[in-house]
Amino acid sequence: MIEIKNVTMSYGKIRSLENVSAVLKDGSIFGLIGSNGSGKSTMLRILCGIIKPDCGDVAYDSLPVWENPLVKQNIVYLSDEQYFMPHCTINDMRTLYKSVYSGFSDEIFKKLQGIFTLDCDRKINTFSKGMKKQASVMLGISARPKYLLCDETFDGLDPVVRQLVKRILAEEAADGMTTVIASHNLREMEDICDTVGLLHKGELLFVRELDDMKSGLHKVQAIFEGEFDAAQLTPMSILGYSRRGSLVSFIARGTIDEINAFMIEKSPTFYETVPLTLEEIFISEMEDKGYDFSKLNY
Amino acid sequence: MSVISVDIRDRKPIYEQLIDNIKSLVLHGVLKPGDQLPGVRTLASELAINPNTIQKSYTELERCGIIYTLKGRGSFVADNIGELSKIQLEHSLAELNTALLAAHDAGASKSTVLTMIDSIWRDEN
Repeated sequence: MIEIKNVTMSYGKIRSLENVSAVLKDGSIFGLIGSNGSGKSTMLRILCGIIKPDCGDVAYDSLPVWENPLVKQNIVYLSDEQYFMPHCTINDMRTLYKSVYSGFSDEIFKKLQGIFTLDCDRKINTFSKGMKKQASVMLGISARPKYLLCDETFDGLDPVVRQLVKRILAEEAADGMTTVIASHNLREMEDICDTVGLLHKGELLFVRELDDMKSGLHKVQAIFEGEFDAAQLTPMSILGYSRRGSLVSFIARGTIDEINAFMIEKSPTFYETVPLTLEEIFISEMEDKGYDFSKLNY
Repeated sequence: MSVISVDIRDRKPIYEQLIDNIKSLVLHGVLKPGDQLPGVRTLASELAINPNTIQKSYTELERCGIIYTLKGRGSFVADNIGELSKIQLEHSLAELNTALLAAHDAGASKSTVLTMIDSIWRDEN
Protein backbone atom coordinates (compact mmCIF):
# COMPACT_ATOMS: atom_id res chain seq x y z
CA MET A 1 0.00 0.00 0.00
CA ILE A 2 1.28 3.45 -0.90
CA GLU A 3 0.21 6.33 1.30
CA ILE A 4 0.65 9.86 0.07
CA LYS A 5 0.05 12.39 2.82
CA ASN A 6 -0.38 16.13 2.27
CA VAL A 7 2.39 16.39 -0.28
CA THR A 8 3.24 19.93 -1.30
CA MET A 9 6.12 20.81 -3.59
CA SER A 10 7.42 24.01 -5.15
CA TYR A 11 10.30 24.71 -7.48
CA GLY A 12 11.22 28.24 -6.50
CA LYS A 13 8.17 30.32 -7.18
CA ILE A 14 6.45 27.58 -9.16
CA ARG A 15 3.99 25.60 -7.10
CA SER A 16 4.05 22.11 -8.53
CA LEU A 17 1.96 20.08 -6.09
CA GLU A 18 -0.55 21.35 -3.59
CA ASN A 19 -1.54 19.22 -0.61
CA VAL A 20 -1.91 15.92 -2.47
CA SER A 21 -3.17 12.94 -0.45
CA ALA A 22 -4.11 9.48 -1.67
CA VAL A 23 -3.93 5.82 -0.75
CA LEU A 24 -3.05 3.30 -3.47
CA LYS A 25 -4.07 -0.29 -2.85
CA ASP A 26 -1.75 -3.24 -3.49
CA GLY A 27 -2.28 -5.00 -6.81
CA SER A 28 -3.98 -2.00 -8.30
CA ILE A 29 -3.07 -0.24 -11.52
CA PHE A 30 -3.44 3.43 -10.81
CA GLY A 31 -3.65 5.98 -13.60
CA LEU A 32 -2.38 9.42 -12.75
CA ILE A 33 -3.96 11.66 -15.32
CA GLY A 34 -3.33 15.32 -15.94
CA SER A 35 -2.57 17.88 -18.59
CA ASN A 36 0.95 19.06 -19.39
CA GLY A 37 2.60 20.65 -16.38
CA SER A 38 -0.02 19.45 -13.91
CA GLY A 39 2.60 17.86 -11.65
CA LYS A 40 2.48 14.21 -12.72
CA SER A 41 6.21 13.71 -13.13
CA THR A 42 6.96 15.58 -9.92
CA MET A 43 4.50 13.32 -8.11
CA LEU A 44 6.21 10.22 -9.49
CA ARG A 45 9.65 11.49 -8.53
CA ILE A 46 8.42 12.12 -5.00
CA LEU A 47 6.81 8.66 -5.00
CA CYS A 48 10.11 6.99 -5.75
CA GLY A 49 12.04 9.12 -3.31
CA ILE A 50 14.24 11.01 -5.76
CA ILE A 51 13.04 14.39 -4.55
CA LYS A 52 11.87 15.36 -1.11
CA PRO A 53 8.61 17.27 -0.96
CA ASP A 54 8.48 20.60 0.90
CA CYS A 55 5.73 19.23 3.11
CA GLY A 56 4.09 15.87 3.60
CA ASP A 57 5.47 12.41 2.99
CA VAL A 58 5.11 9.18 1.06
CA ALA A 59 5.14 5.80 2.77
CA TYR A 60 5.09 2.23 1.47
CA ASP A 61 3.45 -0.12 3.97
CA SER A 62 4.00 2.66 6.53
CA LEU A 63 7.74 2.94 5.80
CA PRO A 64 8.89 6.32 4.44
CA VAL A 65 10.55 6.15 1.04
CA TRP A 66 12.87 9.12 1.43
CA GLU A 67 16.50 8.03 2.04
CA ASN A 68 15.33 4.47 2.58
CA PRO A 69 17.11 1.92 0.36
CA LEU A 70 15.12 -0.94 1.88
CA VAL A 71 11.88 0.48 0.55
CA LYS A 72 13.46 1.49 -2.75
CA GLN A 73 14.50 -2.15 -3.32
CA ASN A 74 10.86 -2.77 -4.11
CA ILE A 75 10.36 0.18 -6.43
CA VAL A 76 11.20 0.53 -10.10
CA TYR A 77 10.77 3.91 -11.71
CA LEU A 78 10.51 4.09 -15.49
CA SER A 79 11.15 7.73 -16.18
CA ASP A 80 10.01 9.51 -19.28
CA GLU A 81 13.61 10.10 -20.34
CA GLN A 82 15.45 6.95 -19.48
CA TYR A 83 19.05 7.14 -18.44
CA PHE A 84 21.46 4.46 -19.52
CA MET A 85 25.18 4.44 -18.78
CA PRO A 86 27.14 5.73 -21.79
CA HIS A 87 28.09 3.04 -24.33
CA CYS A 88 26.17 0.42 -22.37
CA THR A 89 24.40 -2.58 -23.84
CA ILE A 90 21.25 -4.07 -22.29
CA ASN A 91 23.40 -6.87 -20.88
CA ASP A 92 25.66 -4.29 -19.19
CA MET A 93 22.60 -2.61 -17.73
CA ARG A 94 21.39 -5.96 -16.52
CA THR A 95 24.59 -6.35 -14.51
CA LEU A 96 24.00 -2.91 -13.01
CA TYR A 97 20.36 -3.71 -12.16
CA LYS A 98 21.40 -7.00 -10.59
CA SER A 99 23.82 -5.20 -8.32
CA VAL A 100 21.04 -2.91 -7.12
CA TYR A 101 17.94 -5.12 -7.07
CA SER A 102 18.48 -8.30 -5.09
CA GLY A 103 15.33 -9.85 -6.56
CA PHE A 104 16.41 -9.47 -10.20
CA SER A 105 15.32 -12.54 -12.15
CA ASP A 106 17.38 -13.79 -15.08
CA GLU A 107 14.59 -16.18 -15.91
CA ILE A 108 12.08 -13.36 -16.40
CA PHE A 109 14.72 -11.39 -18.28
CA LYS A 110 15.23 -14.27 -20.73
CA LYS A 111 11.49 -14.59 -21.19
CA LEU A 112 11.15 -10.88 -21.93
CA GLN A 113 14.15 -11.02 -24.24
CA GLY A 114 12.23 -13.51 -26.33
CA ILE A 115 9.18 -11.25 -26.39
CA PHE A 116 10.81 -7.90 -27.10
CA THR A 117 13.37 -9.14 -29.64
CA LEU A 118 15.94 -6.47 -28.78
CA ASP A 119 19.60 -7.16 -29.38
CA CYS A 120 21.01 -7.22 -25.84
CA ASP A 121 24.60 -6.81 -27.01
CA ARG A 122 24.01 -3.70 -29.06
CA LYS A 123 24.85 -0.34 -27.56
CA ILE A 124 21.71 1.27 -26.20
CA ASN A 125 22.69 4.68 -27.57
CA THR A 126 22.17 3.26 -31.06
CA PHE A 127 18.55 2.39 -30.12
CA SER A 128 15.54 4.39 -31.22
CA LYS A 129 13.33 6.17 -28.68
CA GLY A 130 10.81 3.33 -28.60
CA MET A 131 13.50 0.67 -28.34
CA LYS A 132 15.00 2.47 -25.34
CA LYS A 133 11.57 2.48 -23.74
CA GLN A 134 11.28 -1.25 -24.36
CA ALA A 135 14.71 -1.80 -22.86
CA SER A 136 13.72 0.05 -19.69
CA VAL A 137 10.48 -1.94 -19.37
CA MET A 138 12.41 -5.17 -19.84
CA LEU A 139 14.96 -4.31 -17.17
CA GLY A 140 12.34 -2.86 -14.83
CA ILE A 141 10.04 -5.90 -14.90
CA SER A 142 12.99 -8.28 -14.52
CA ALA A 143 13.90 -6.50 -11.28
CA ARG A 144 10.66 -8.01 -9.84
CA PRO A 145 9.52 -4.83 -8.09
CA LYS A 146 6.49 -4.69 -5.81
CA TYR A 147 5.83 -1.21 -7.10
CA LEU A 148 6.27 -0.01 -10.66
CA LEU A 149 6.10 3.70 -11.38
CA CYS A 150 5.75 4.55 -15.07
CA ASP A 151 6.03 8.02 -16.53
CA GLU A 152 4.39 8.19 -19.98
CA THR A 153 5.63 4.68 -20.63
CA PHE A 154 3.31 4.04 -23.57
CA ASP A 155 4.52 7.13 -25.37
CA GLY A 156 6.70 6.22 -28.30
CA LEU A 157 5.82 2.53 -28.28
CA ASP A 158 4.27 1.05 -31.38
CA PRO A 159 0.75 -0.45 -31.03
CA VAL A 160 1.97 -4.03 -30.93
CA VAL A 161 4.51 -3.39 -28.19
CA ARG A 162 2.06 -1.19 -26.30
CA GLN A 163 -0.42 -4.07 -26.16
CA LEU A 164 2.40 -6.36 -25.12
CA VAL A 165 3.45 -4.08 -22.26
CA LYS A 166 -0.16 -3.84 -21.11
CA ARG A 167 -0.44 -7.60 -21.07
CA ILE A 168 2.72 -7.84 -19.00
CA LEU A 169 1.39 -5.22 -16.57
CA ALA A 170 -1.95 -7.05 -16.28
CA GLU A 171 -0.18 -10.30 -15.54
CA GLU A 172 2.10 -8.69 -12.96
CA ALA A 173 -0.90 -7.01 -11.31
CA ALA A 174 -2.54 -10.42 -10.96
CA ASP A 175 0.59 -11.49 -9.12
CA GLY A 176 0.28 -8.53 -6.78
CA MET A 177 2.45 -5.82 -8.31
CA THR A 178 1.17 -2.28 -7.84
CA THR A 179 1.58 0.03 -10.81
CA VAL A 180 1.25 3.76 -11.11
CA ILE A 181 1.06 5.09 -14.67
CA ALA A 182 1.26 8.80 -15.28
CA SER A 183 -0.13 9.92 -18.60
CA HIS A 184 -1.98 12.69 -20.32
CA ASN A 185 -3.60 10.16 -22.61
CA LEU A 186 -6.92 8.92 -21.25
CA ARG A 187 -7.44 6.38 -24.01
CA GLU A 188 -4.25 4.60 -23.07
CA MET A 189 -5.40 4.17 -19.50
CA GLU A 190 -8.98 3.08 -20.00
CA ASP A 191 -8.39 -0.64 -20.39
CA ILE A 192 -5.55 -1.24 -18.02
CA CYS A 193 -6.22 0.98 -14.99
CA ASP A 194 -8.72 0.14 -12.27
CA THR A 195 -8.42 3.46 -10.49
CA VAL A 196 -7.62 6.91 -11.79
CA GLY A 197 -6.69 10.18 -10.15
CA LEU A 198 -6.86 13.53 -11.89
CA LEU A 199 -4.14 16.08 -11.25
CA HIS A 200 -4.90 19.63 -12.25
CA LYS A 201 -2.53 22.50 -11.56
CA GLY A 202 -0.88 20.51 -8.80
CA GLU A 203 -4.08 19.51 -7.07
CA LEU A 204 -5.49 16.01 -7.04
CA LEU A 205 -9.10 16.75 -7.98
CA PHE A 206 -10.42 13.24 -7.44
CA VAL A 207 -9.53 9.57 -7.21
CA ARG A 208 -12.13 7.16 -8.46
CA GLU A 209 -12.59 3.60 -9.68
CA LEU A 210 -12.96 3.59 -13.44
CA ASP A 211 -15.98 1.29 -13.53
CA ASP A 212 -17.82 3.48 -11.03
CA MET A 213 -17.05 6.54 -13.09
CA LYS A 214 -18.38 4.92 -16.23
CA SER A 215 -21.61 3.67 -14.71
CA GLY A 216 -22.22 6.68 -12.49
CA LEU A 217 -22.73 9.42 -15.08
CA HIS A 218 -25.05 9.50 -18.08
CA LYS A 219 -26.01 11.95 -20.72
CA VAL A 220 -29.77 12.36 -21.13
CA GLN A 221 -31.50 13.86 -24.12
CA ALA A 222 -35.20 14.50 -23.82
CA ILE A 223 -38.04 16.33 -25.49
CA PHE A 224 -40.73 17.79 -23.28
CA GLU A 225 -44.03 19.09 -24.52
CA GLY A 226 -44.86 22.57 -23.32
CA GLU A 227 -42.97 24.47 -20.70
CA PHE A 228 -39.95 22.94 -19.07
CA ASP A 229 -37.15 24.34 -16.99
CA ALA A 230 -34.12 22.91 -15.27
CA ALA A 231 -35.68 23.27 -11.82
CA GLN A 232 -37.94 20.33 -12.64
CA LEU A 233 -34.93 18.05 -12.67
CA THR A 234 -34.32 18.36 -8.94
CA PRO A 235 -33.53 16.40 -6.84
CA MET A 236 -31.44 14.68 -9.49
CA SER A 237 -27.78 15.70 -9.45
CA ILE A 238 -27.18 17.49 -12.75
CA LEU A 239 -23.74 18.43 -14.02
CA GLY A 240 -24.31 20.08 -17.36
CA TYR A 241 -27.57 21.41 -18.70
CA SER A 242 -28.34 22.83 -22.09
CA ARG A 243 -31.42 23.43 -24.16
CA ARG A 244 -31.98 23.82 -27.88
CA GLY A 245 -35.60 24.46 -28.76
CA SER A 246 -37.58 21.67 -27.20
CA LEU A 247 -34.56 19.39 -26.88
CA VAL A 248 -33.18 19.34 -23.37
CA SER A 249 -29.88 17.65 -22.74
CA PHE A 250 -28.04 17.24 -19.50
CA ILE A 251 -25.58 15.04 -17.67
CA ALA A 252 -26.97 13.30 -14.62
CA ARG A 253 -25.27 11.49 -11.78
CA GLY A 254 -26.73 8.07 -11.06
CA THR A 255 -27.05 4.56 -12.41
CA ILE A 256 -28.96 3.94 -15.62
CA ASP A 257 -31.88 2.42 -13.68
CA GLU A 258 -32.18 5.42 -11.37
CA ILE A 259 -32.17 7.81 -14.28
CA ASN A 260 -34.70 5.77 -16.26
CA ALA A 261 -37.04 5.63 -13.27
CA PHE A 262 -36.75 9.36 -12.83
CA MET A 263 -37.31 10.18 -16.48
CA ILE A 264 -40.34 7.94 -16.89
CA GLU A 265 -41.96 9.82 -14.03
CA LYS A 266 -41.43 13.13 -15.85
CA SER A 267 -43.15 11.66 -18.93
CA PRO A 268 -41.23 13.36 -21.72
CA THR A 269 -42.37 12.93 -25.34
CA PHE A 270 -39.07 11.26 -26.03
CA TYR A 271 -35.89 10.59 -24.11
CA GLU A 272 -32.74 8.57 -24.33
CA THR A 273 -29.76 8.01 -22.08
CA VAL A 274 -26.27 7.52 -23.38
CA PRO A 275 -23.22 6.58 -21.35
CA LEU A 276 -20.38 9.10 -21.57
CA THR A 277 -16.94 8.54 -22.93
CA LEU A 278 -14.14 8.79 -20.42
CA GLU A 279 -13.13 12.17 -21.84
CA GLU A 280 -16.64 13.51 -21.34
CA ILE A 281 -16.70 12.15 -17.81
CA PHE A 282 -13.47 13.90 -16.94
CA ILE A 283 -14.61 17.18 -18.40
CA SER A 284 -17.93 16.96 -16.52
CA GLU A 285 -16.23 16.07 -13.27
CA MET A 286 -13.82 18.95 -13.65
CA GLU A 287 -16.62 21.36 -14.45
CA ASP A 288 -18.37 20.06 -11.37
CA LYS A 289 -15.26 21.06 -9.40
CA GLY A 290 -15.63 24.56 -10.72
CA TYR A 291 -13.31 24.49 -13.72
CA ASP A 292 -14.75 26.29 -16.69
CA PHE A 293 -14.15 24.83 -20.10
CA SER A 294 -16.41 27.15 -22.03
CA LYS A 295 -13.42 29.44 -22.54
CA LEU A 296 -11.80 26.63 -24.48
CA ASN A 297 -14.30 26.91 -27.31
CA TYR A 298 -12.87 29.17 -29.96
CA MET B 1 -7.40 -18.04 -27.58
CA SER B 2 -10.51 -17.54 -25.55
CA VAL B 3 -13.91 -16.63 -26.93
CA ILE B 4 -14.35 -13.93 -24.31
CA SER B 5 -13.74 -10.44 -25.65
CA VAL B 6 -14.15 -6.79 -24.74
CA ASP B 7 -14.25 -3.60 -26.74
CA ILE B 8 -12.36 -0.88 -24.93
CA ARG B 9 -13.91 1.82 -27.08
CA ASP B 10 -17.36 0.76 -25.90
CA ARG B 11 -18.82 3.21 -23.40
CA LYS B 12 -20.06 0.35 -21.26
CA PRO B 13 -17.73 -0.42 -18.34
CA ILE B 14 -15.42 -3.33 -19.11
CA TYR B 15 -16.65 -5.44 -16.22
CA GLU B 16 -20.24 -5.13 -17.50
CA GLN B 17 -19.12 -6.12 -20.98
CA LEU B 18 -17.43 -9.19 -19.54
CA ILE B 19 -20.54 -10.16 -17.58
CA ASP B 20 -22.80 -9.78 -20.65
CA ASN B 21 -20.29 -11.61 -22.79
CA ILE B 22 -20.06 -14.62 -20.49
CA LYS B 23 -23.84 -14.68 -19.96
CA SER B 24 -24.44 -14.83 -23.69
CA LEU B 25 -21.79 -17.53 -24.15
CA VAL B 26 -23.58 -19.63 -21.54
CA LEU B 27 -27.00 -18.95 -23.08
CA HIS B 28 -25.81 -19.95 -26.51
CA GLY B 29 -24.26 -23.10 -25.15
CA VAL B 30 -20.70 -22.17 -26.07
CA LEU B 31 -19.90 -22.49 -22.38
CA LYS B 32 -21.68 -25.48 -20.86
CA PRO B 33 -22.43 -26.26 -17.22
CA GLY B 34 -19.25 -27.53 -15.58
CA ASP B 35 -16.97 -25.86 -18.12
CA GLN B 36 -14.03 -24.07 -16.61
CA LEU B 37 -13.64 -20.35 -17.22
CA PRO B 38 -10.18 -18.98 -18.00
CA GLY B 39 -8.26 -17.92 -14.89
CA VAL B 40 -8.18 -14.26 -13.92
CA ARG B 41 -4.46 -13.99 -14.61
CA THR B 42 -4.67 -15.72 -17.98
CA LEU B 43 -7.62 -13.67 -19.15
CA ALA B 44 -6.06 -10.41 -17.93
CA SER B 45 -2.93 -11.15 -19.89
CA GLU B 46 -4.82 -12.31 -22.96
CA LEU B 47 -7.12 -9.28 -23.17
CA ALA B 48 -4.56 -6.85 -21.72
CA ILE B 49 -7.03 -5.57 -19.17
CA ASN B 50 -6.85 -5.16 -15.44
CA PRO B 51 -7.12 -8.41 -13.43
CA ASN B 52 -9.13 -6.61 -10.73
CA THR B 53 -11.77 -5.82 -13.34
CA ILE B 54 -12.01 -9.48 -14.30
CA GLN B 55 -12.21 -10.53 -10.67
CA LYS B 56 -15.06 -8.07 -10.20
CA SER B 57 -17.00 -9.60 -13.12
CA TYR B 58 -16.43 -13.13 -11.84
CA THR B 59 -17.60 -12.12 -8.37
CA GLU B 60 -20.76 -10.60 -9.81
CA LEU B 61 -21.45 -13.66 -12.00
CA GLU B 62 -20.98 -15.85 -8.96
CA ARG B 63 -23.42 -13.71 -6.99
CA CYS B 64 -25.99 -14.23 -9.77
CA GLY B 65 -25.40 -17.97 -9.58
CA ILE B 66 -24.17 -18.27 -13.16
CA ILE B 67 -20.72 -19.49 -12.18
CA TYR B 68 -19.19 -21.00 -9.07
CA THR B 69 -15.65 -20.94 -7.79
CA LEU B 70 -13.70 -23.77 -6.22
CA LYS B 71 -10.81 -22.53 -4.11
CA GLY B 72 -7.53 -23.19 -5.86
CA ARG B 73 -9.20 -24.84 -8.86
CA GLY B 74 -10.85 -22.00 -10.69
CA SER B 75 -14.29 -20.84 -11.78
CA PHE B 76 -16.86 -23.06 -13.48
CA VAL B 77 -20.19 -22.57 -15.22
CA ALA B 78 -23.05 -23.45 -12.88
CA ASP B 79 -26.00 -25.60 -13.86
CA ASN B 80 -28.42 -22.70 -13.64
CA ILE B 81 -29.28 -21.84 -17.21
CA GLY B 82 -33.00 -21.75 -16.38
CA GLU B 83 -32.55 -18.58 -14.35
CA LEU B 84 -30.46 -17.02 -17.09
CA SER B 85 -33.03 -17.88 -19.79
CA LYS B 86 -35.73 -16.20 -17.72
CA ILE B 87 -33.73 -12.96 -17.62
CA GLN B 88 -33.03 -13.28 -21.33
CA LEU B 89 -36.72 -13.82 -22.09
CA GLU B 90 -37.77 -10.70 -20.19
CA HIS B 91 -35.04 -8.75 -21.90
CA SER B 92 -35.99 -9.84 -25.41
CA LEU B 93 -39.71 -9.22 -24.80
CA ALA B 94 -38.87 -5.67 -23.73
CA GLU B 95 -36.81 -5.24 -26.88
CA LEU B 96 -39.64 -6.63 -28.98
CA ASN B 97 -42.01 -4.12 -27.43
CA THR B 98 -39.69 -1.25 -28.34
CA ALA B 99 -39.35 -2.55 -31.88
CA LEU B 100 -43.14 -2.95 -32.25
CA LEU B 101 -43.70 0.60 -31.02
CA ALA B 102 -41.18 1.89 -33.55
CA ALA B 103 -42.87 -0.10 -36.34
CA HIS B 104 -46.26 1.19 -35.24
CA ASP B 105 -45.04 4.80 -35.27
CA ALA B 106 -43.54 4.28 -38.71
CA GLY B 107 -46.95 3.22 -39.98
CA ALA B 108 -46.67 -0.55 -40.18
CA SER B 109 -50.05 -2.23 -40.35
CA LYS B 110 -51.14 -4.82 -37.87
CA SER B 111 -51.57 -7.42 -40.59
CA THR B 112 -47.97 -6.98 -41.78
CA VAL B 113 -46.70 -7.54 -38.28
CA LEU B 114 -48.98 -10.51 -37.74
CA THR B 115 -47.76 -12.05 -41.00
CA MET B 116 -44.20 -11.71 -39.71
CA ILE B 117 -45.16 -13.34 -36.43
CA ASP B 118 -46.94 -16.19 -38.23
CA SER B 119 -43.90 -16.85 -40.39
CA ILE B 120 -41.74 -17.31 -37.30
CA TRP B 121 -44.19 -19.42 -35.28
CA ARG B 122 -45.37 -21.33 -38.39
CA ASP B 123 -44.03 -24.66 -37.27
CA GLU B 124 -45.50 -24.49 -33.82
CA ASN B 125 -49.22 -24.55 -34.48
